[in-house]
Amino acid sequence: MNHVERDVDTSTAPPANKALMTVACFFLALPIVALLWVSSYARVEPTLAGFPFFIWYQFLWVFLCAACTWAAHRTILIARPRRRLSARSATGKGAGR
Amino acid sequence: MNAGINYPALAVLIGLFLLVTVMGFWASNWRKGAHLESLDEWGLGGRTFGTLITWFLIGGDIYTAYTFVAVPAAMFAFGAVSGFFAVPYTIILYPIIFIYMSRLWSVSYRHGYVTAADFVRGRYGSKELSLAVATTGILATMPYIALQLVGIQAVLEVVGLGGSSSVIAKDMPLFIAFALLAAYTYSAGLRAPAVIAFVKDGLIYLVILVAIVYLPSQVGGWARVFEAAQSKMTSLNAAGRPVGVFIPSAQAYWAYATLALGSAMALFMYPHSITATLSSRSRNTIRHNATILPAYSFVLGLLALLGWVAIAAGTKPIGLDGRVNAQLVIPQLFEDFFPGWFAGVAFAAVAIGALVPAAIMSIAAANTFTRNIYREWINPHATHAQETNVSKIVSLLVKGFALVFVLTLDKQNAINFQLLGGIWILQTFPSIVFGLYTRWFHRWGLLAGWAGGMLYGTIVAYNVINPATGNHFAGSLSLIPVIGQMGYIALTAFGINVLVAAVLTAILDVAGVPHGHDETTTEDYLADEGDPRIEKHRGSVAPVGG
Repeated sequence: MNHVERDVDTSTAPPANKALMTVACFFLALPIVALLWVSSYARVEPTLAGFPFFIWYQFLWVFLCAACTWAAHRTILIARPRRRLSARSATGKGAGR
Repeated sequence: MNAGINYPALAVLIGLFLLVTVMGFWASNWRKGAHLESLDEWGLGGRTFGTLITWFLIGGDIYTAYTFVAVPAAMFAFGAVSGFFAVPYTIILYPIIFIYMSRLWSVSYRHGYVTAADFVRGRYGSKELSLAVATTGILATMPYIALQLVGIQAVLEVVGLGGSSSVIAKDMPLFIAFALLAAYTYSAGLRAPAVIAFVKDGLIYLVILVAIVYLPSQVGGWARVFEAAQSKMTSLNAAGRPVGVFIPSAQAYWAYATLALGSAMALFMYPHSITATLSSRSRNTIRHNATILPAYSFVLGLLALLGWVAIAAGTKPIGLDGRVNAQLVIPQLFEDFFPGWFAGVAFAAVAIGALVPAAIMSIAAANTFTRNIYREWINPHATHAQETNVSKIVSLLVKGFALVFVLTLDKQNAINFQLLGGIWILQTFPSIVFGLYTRWFHRWGLLAGWAGGMLYGTIVAYNVINPATGNHFAGSLSLIPVIGQMGYIALTAFGINVLVAAVLTAILDVAGVPHGHDETTTEDYLADEGDPRIEKHRGSVAPVGG
C-alpha cells in the first residue's frame, strides 16, 4: 500500500525547481527552433559524402534532438521530485454523469 | 514492369501475411488482464505496456504505409517540400509531445479517460465540446486508414494482382486482407497490433538497411542520386515551371516549416496516437519514448531518399492500367532491383506496416465513438460489456468506411488524404492541449474556434485545385493571410481557431456566462503509476493501480 499524505493541497502542483525547469524548456525548444529556421540550412554546400547540407544537417538533428529530449527528461526528473497523490472521490455535479 | 505475377514475391508475401494473421488471433491471450469485458482491456491493452512495447506501438502507429509509399512517392514526384518535410516533422514531434502527452497520460490515468474527448468532457464539463472533439477525431481518422489501404494496394499492384478488369476480382485481395485484419482486431483488440508491431518493425528495419546500402551502389552512389534528383527537379514541365523542389528556395521556407510544425502538432491529437500513449504503464514511459522514438525519424529520412534513388535508377511507376502512378515507385524500385523472394519480404513490410496502424486507428476511432457518442448521447447507462461490444462493431464499420473512401477519392495523392485529416484534427488542439494547462478558455469560445477552424480549413483545402486534372483537395498549401506566403492550411486554420476562442472567451467572461464543471485538479496532471484512481459513480470502473 502506498504511503498517502493527507495534508497536501490538491489544487497545487508539487513544488518544482524553476531554474531547472527553464533549462529543460530550453532543451526542448532548441530542436524546434533549429528545424523551423529553414533558411539556416536550405543549401547544398557544404556536402558530406555526396549528401547536400540540407539533407545531412536534418539527419544530424535526429541525434541532437534525441540528446536534447533526453537531457530535458533527466533535468525534469531532478527538478520536480514525485509527490504521491491521495485517494479522492469525484463528487459534485457533473462528475457523476 | 513485368506484365505477369511475381510468384516468388507473392509466395513470401502471403507466407508473412499468414504469420501475422496467426499472431493477431493469438494476441488475445497475451498479457491477459483480469477485467476482460472492460474497454480498458480491449481498447487500451489493460494500460500495462512498458517502454519497449510502447515504442513499437507508437512506432507502428506513426511510421505507416504513408511512410513507405507516400513520402518517397512525393520525393520522387515533387521533391523536398512535399516529401522531406516529414523528417523535421517527425523530429520536432518528440519535444512537442514530451511537453504535454505526459500530462494527458496522468489526468487520464487518474480519471480513467480512454479518449481525448473524455478528457475534454471532464475538464470543461461540456458534452458539446466533447462531441466536437470526438467527431473530428473519427472524421480525421478515416482518410488516415484509407491511406494504409493505398499502401497495400500499391504492393498488390506491383506484385501483379488486381489487374483484372472485373471490379470484384480487382479489389478482392485488398478485401481479404482487410477482412482478416478486422477479424483479429475484433477478437484481440489493441493487443493484436501490439504483437504484430514487432514483426512489422523487424521487417522494415531489415528492408531499409538492405535497400539503403545496396540500392545506391547499384545506381552509381549517393552523389549520382542527388545529381539525378537535382536535374529532374529543376527541369521545366509542360507549363514552363520547375517539376519540383530539390532544396527549398526562399518562397518555400514558410511552406516547409509550417508543414513540419502543423503536422507535428496534429499527430498526437489523432485518436490512435492517444490510444497508444494511454496504453502505456506509467507517466515516464511516454517521456522515455520521446527520447528513443527519433530512431524512427532517421529511418524515415532514409526512406524518403529512396524516392530520389528511384529517380537515379530510372524507375517507371506504371500501374496495371498503364498510367503513371507515383505511389508505386517504391514497390517498383524493389521489384526491379531485388530478387523475387526479397522483394516479397519488402512488400510484406509495406503491407504489414499498413495493417498495424489500420488496426490501432480503427480501435481508437471505435473507442471514441463508444465513449463520447454512444455512452454520452445514446445509452448513458451502458455496462462495460456493452461498451466493449459497441467498440468492436464500430471498429468493423470504420474499416468499411475507409474502403469506400479509398475507392472514391483521387489515389494519386495519398499523402493529401492524410494532410486533409491533419487540417481537421489540428482544430482540436486548443481544447485538448491548452486544456491540459489552463481553464482560462471558455467552453463555448473553444467550440466556436473549432467550428471556425474547421470551416476555414475545409473551404480553403477544397479550393486547392490540381491544374492538370481539375480535382479539388489537390494539396495542403495555401496563401497565409497577413503573412502573404504559402503555408500549411491546417496551421492557418489553427491560428483563426485560437483567435476566435480567445476573443469569445473574453466576451463570454465579461457577459458572465458560466464555465462548465471541472472535475480535475492541478495535481491530477502529475499523477503517476501507483497513485490511486479517482472513484467514479459507475460501479467497478477501472482496475486500480499499475
